[in-house]
Amino acid sequence: MSGLVYTRFELLRTFRNRRFWFFSLGFPLIFFWLIASPQHNKIIPGTGLTYAAYYMVSLASFGTMMSMISTGARIAGERQAGWTRQLRISPLSVRSYFRAKVLTGYAMALLSLVLLYISGALLGVSLPAGRWLEMTGLIIVGLLPFAALGVLVGHLVNTDAVGPLMGGLVSILAFLSGTWFAINSGFLHAFGQFLPSWWLVQARTVALDGHSWGARGWITVAAWTVILSAAAFWAYRRDTGKA
Amino acid sequence: MSSGVRLEGLEKSFRGPTGPIRAVRGIDLSIAAGETAALLGPNGAGKSTTIDMMLGLAKPDAGQVSVFGRSAREAVDAGLVGAMLQTGNLIRDLSVRELVTMMAGLYPDPMDVNETLELTGIGAIASQRTHKLSGGQTQRVRFAIAIVCNPDLLVLDEPTVAMDVEGRREFWNIMREFASRGKTVLFATHYLEEADANADRAILMAHGRIVADGPTTEIKARVGRRTLRATLPAIDPATLAQLPGVASSERHGDAVTLSCSDSDQTIRALLQAYPEAKDIEIVGAGLEAAFLELTGEPDLEDAEVTVP
Repeated sequence: MSGLVYTRFELLRTFRNRRFWFFSLGFPLIFFWLIASPQHNKIIPGTGLTYAAYYMVSLASFGTMMSMISTGARIAGERQAGWTRQLRISPLSVRSYFRAKVLTGYAMALLSLVLLYISGALLGVSLPAGRWLEMTGLIIVGLLPFAALGVLVGHLVNTDAVGPLMGGLVSILAFLSGTWFAINSGFLHAFGQFLPSWWLVQARTVALDGHSWGARGWITVAAWTVILSAAAFWAYRRDTGKA
Repeated sequence: MSSGVRLEGLEKSFRGPTGPIRAVRGIDLSIAAGETAALLGPNGAGKSTTIDMMLGLAKPDAGQVSVFGRSAREAVDAGLVGAMLQTGNLIRDLSVRELVTMMAGLYPDPMDVNETLELTGIGAIASQRTHKLSGGQTQRVRFAIAIVCNPDLLVLDEPTVAMDVEGRREFWNIMREFASRGKTVLFATHYLEEADANADRAILMAHGRIVADGPTTEIKARVGRRTLRATLPAIDPATLAQLPGVASSERHGDAVTLSCSDSDQTIRALLQAYPEAKDIEIVGAGLEAAFLELTGEPDLEDAEVTVP
């Protein structure tokens, strides 16, 4: 019960935060319209996807990744303010605390996703209802490692470092995962498949022919989820163990 | 609600640059339910570390914490404990009322939010955003957060730090009002007058240990000398120094000043021997002097701190 109250106010706080509106919602939307609208019906060579469909999912993955990792910024800020200690002397359980953070991250991510879907639809992306859902499902699963990464970052770095770290990390991951341009062969293609963000971007193959991730995608995402969750747990313990 | 708060044999060390720092070196303490106690000591005395262990924020290296018969964590989980920690800011993007409402929502049996806002005097700023408050206002909101859970034990770690004189006075009035509802209160401070005015009992800490513990008046009497002044011309101060209970004497013109270890004995003997003595005045040394005498002594065990 206390966890619900906390989640409600956590959502309220997040939606009042200007940085959230800019980075997680505004930024991907602006880029989508800039890149996709001039030639939205053209097919991008080697992908079979229109510009609109390709960049809709690309920028959705960018925006949702940002939403999830920015959990880290909120945790780091609360740690620095001493607020985490205040919460630790309340009956709110550690589990409820993290659940609220992750659910808030997902709520932000879904909002970003819906806005990009609407933008995509406006630029002619048209899919059967089942494929929209399947794509959304893959993105939700694909974000699990980033939920853990947010918690990890929040307990590892201070508020000064968290901004540049998040920005840098998301930019590099987005580049290596084919967000900005398709990576179809070569070293980057082989390497990218080891990244969790690669599979987030790959959710767009659903749009093509209902093509899901395949075993490699599921294993990669599951492995990263386990590794980053363990690291997040370790960072939390290390952080709260000291007085 | 048995037994209040009990600390037994508490110890805690931290890793420091030159070896372990023994912040708390064996604390035994029990605070009865309904009592208001002040934890006094200079910075680095171990007050905050002791409080952290009492709240379950730090794990003792040795010893036991019991809060109303439960472990610290159990007492916190049951919503029995409210605390205002020494450092801490408020989270952004909520109004004062929303923040207090949120905190109330985390506890099983909270106070009414309006009542809390009223009691802590922040009704007027209830709709302001938390990051736009002054230091004193922030402290009040933090106090509201500490009491909105309607705790049986209220712990305040140097609560008046950011407040001006008027703010402090009001704060302690509110605190006493809250304590009078049968609450157990422990507050840490290094303002001696705060302990004197607001606590039934003072616990003095230095170098990680309790160096004195008792009613504030008793603590003063234990070490505090009193000063007796009187107008008494033409009597040799050396003669006055022979009176019972006098430690030393001085003369300034017609006035004599006697430093007394037992001023009760001195005044009786003085009036018997010199009934002409006028303008008699006995002044207590104050907790400040008592405190300096108790904690200012060099601590031989400090040597341990510097050895890696």
